[in-house]
Amino acid sequence: MQEEKEKYRRLAVVLEKYHGKAGELINVLHQAQLIFGYLPKKVQICVADALGVPISEVYGVVTFYSLFNTEPSGRYRISVCLGTACYVKGAGSIMEALKENLKVDEGGTTKDGLFTLESARCVGACGLAPVVTINGDVHGRMTADDIPELLERYRKEAEA
Amino acid sequence: MVTLTIDEQKVTVPEGTSVLEAAWKIGIDIPSLCYLKGLNEVGTCRVCVVEIEGSKTLQASCVYPVAEGLVVRTNTPRVLKARRTALQLLLSEHPQDCLSCYRNMNCELQALAHRFNILEIPFRGEKREPPNDEKSVAVMREPAKCIRCRRCIAVCSKVQQAFVYSAVHRGFDSMVSPAFGLSLDDVACITCGQCANVCPTAAIHEPDNTKEVWEALHDPEKWVVVQVAPSIRVTLGEEFGLQIGSVVTGQLVAALRRLGFDKVFDTDFTADLTIMEEGHEFLEKLKSGGPFPHLSSCSPGWVKYCEHFYPEMLEHVSTVKSPHSMFGALAKTYHAEKIGVDPARMVVVSVMPCTAKKYEINRPEMTDSGFKDVDVVITTRELARMIREAGLDFINLPEEEFDEPLGIASGAGLIFGATGGVLEAALRTIYELETGKEFPLPQYEQSLRGMDGLKEAEVEMPQGLIRVGIAHGTGNAKQILEKIKAGEKYHFVEIMGCPGGCVGGGGQPILSFRRGWEGSMDYRMDRADSLYKAEQELPYRKSHENPEIKKIYREFLGHPLSEISHKLLHTSYTARSRYPLSKTKV
Repeated sequence: MQEEKEKYRRLAVVLEKYHGKAGELINVLHQAQLIFGYLPKKVQICVADALGVPISEVYGVVTFYSLFNTEPSGRYRISVCLGTACYVKGAGSIMEALKENLKVDEGGTTKDGLFTLESARCVGACGLAPVVTINGDVHGRMTADDIPELLERYRKEAEA
Repeated sequence: MVTLTIDEQKVTVPEGTSVLEAAWKIGIDIPSLCYLKGLNEVGTCRVCVVEIEGSKTLQASCVYPVAEGLVVRTNTPRVLKARRTALQLLLSEHPQDCLSCYRNMNCELQALAHRFNILEIPFRGEKREPPNDEKSVAVMREPAKCIRCRRCIAVCSKVQQAFVYSAVHRGFDSMVSPAFGLSLDDVACITCGQCANVCPTAAIHEPDNTKEVWEALHDPEKWVVVQVAPSIRVTLGEEFGLQIGSVVTGQLVAALRRLGFDKVFDTDFTADLTIMEEGHEFLEKLKSGGPFPHLSSCSPGWVKYCEHFYPEMLEHVSTVKSPHSMFGALAKTYHAEKIGVDPARMVVVSVMPCTAKKYEINRPEMTDSGFKDVDVVITTRELARMIREAGLDFINLPEEEFDEPLGIASGAGLIFGATGGVLEAALRTIYELETGKEFPLPQYEQSLRGMDGLKEAEVEMPQGLIRVGIAHGTGNAKQILEKIKAGEKYHFVEIMGCPGGCVGGGGQPILSFRRGWEGSMDYRMDRADSLYKAEQELPYRKSHENPEIKKIYREFLGHPLSEISHKLLHTSYTARSRYPLSKTKV
């Protein structure tokens, strides 16, 4: 509860700065997501009200950009690159292996709240294809067989 | 001016005109499913593509500006193939349930499929199957039929400024939706139905209430009374192929009788009564010094807009119910008693140009008669459906007259159907009541009538000069309210929720040949003109001269603003949030 209050206090600081500036919508949503980890309805309404942008439009922007999330994400965000280079090198089977291991679909979060599985379109590391990033750390030249060990490492880290 | 060539024909048009408009001007009918002049010029449907000499790819003509010497071809094999493909792709994810569709025979997508001789749809693939939104009693959505043309977004955001819709998600998943994918009933929708009027398909329309009316008509236990709004008599004819603005009052009454209504009454009668009540309410305010401005309350779309977006102004809104709600309350009290019918078995049906009135009758306040004041509201379109279903030859029906006493009305009641009409009717009465002289209408006609978004005038009253304002379409209402909040002084402001007033209502006929006109006020003007012409033929032109109005005060209400008037004819409003959840304080 206290933590939640603190988040809204930080949001208020951002909204104060951009009050009435409709053109800053994407920027403000981005900052709000940094604070909350995702964009719950209440936060979208606060942003709409402060910037003077209709809530329908805010929701339209939030759902258009894959960068924005409307559900809380896991502690680790796994992103499988499905860009051309990674794809031809077998990223598809890596994605399948992850789905099977985590028991979630693309965009989903595991029940324990540890992992969120996503796809990306080229992270600019084609030389390392196929690539998986986890919270920004790049893991290159992956195979489906590498997945269980990789996930185990993060599970251990979380326990520690 | 710019001269260009379209299909070997030279055409000269003003700079800035689109190729589509230039082509229409010389009778070349470029098809489009998304274009609305001045409102939605976005090139999303790709059906209007043309070949332009020097351009490698086909261009969407609705967003391609003319240029000197431009050479355009609109019917080459390449163009026609591209249009067919665009249509086939749209159809490939469309439900194609045309036979049982709300817009069957009046659908722009269906019409183009016919025009392009589409006999097969070669594309097969995944279909989105979003559920229907049937929660709102006023407007329903069938998102599976949406072709994402964005007309509804344009009209709701630019004209009405209620901002209900937005394009959400992306790619194959993209669709048009209220915030958070909620029902129209759960967001700040003002239920005006303007989105339904511009929808090319059946993705947005009113819920069908004709079944309830048929059931009442076929129930021998029920005494079914119908009332028709002023504007219906100048729009219903369009549904039967008559020209825009054709006056069909006599046929309308005859048709309603043949459908089986026990009494055929006129909402114009209670429009006259509105003038008596609201006129005196305003005169009281003049006496006691306010609060000003006094805002009109006849339009439930506008009322709901005010509740959501300007709740701080609600104390300015007249407490007088809309005329059809007044009618319901009186039908089940005054009239029921008079004719000795138990109000419990009376069914009041309103034929309205309006979807918002479907919402209005379900407000908990609208039960002052001890029953639901009005039982069912059907739109002009729904009445046309019933007339067709009954097999009536509408155009050739012998003309008939409204029943007495609730069918007797003055011209002042009739002009309620057009923007400015309520205020003009009010001035005819309050000016005369206060000065003893007739309101000098000719010198005010120009400022009170017509389709300008905002109109105003000043009138010399014994109490001093009063300033009156008129706005139609809630976007214009917002403008005048902002002026008022900034300190501008008005005494009486008439606001109608729809552009043009009720003649442009969200329940009025949708005509394929009007395609693209929604941004202009032309056809609404034609309908309004007919109201002003028709009222000149009526024996009374002022509400206070209507003999039945005098009688109802004598026999039942006593005097304007009496206790019983307040009980039956006045109402209250509710402040509502503009957000789906109550706003969180930051």
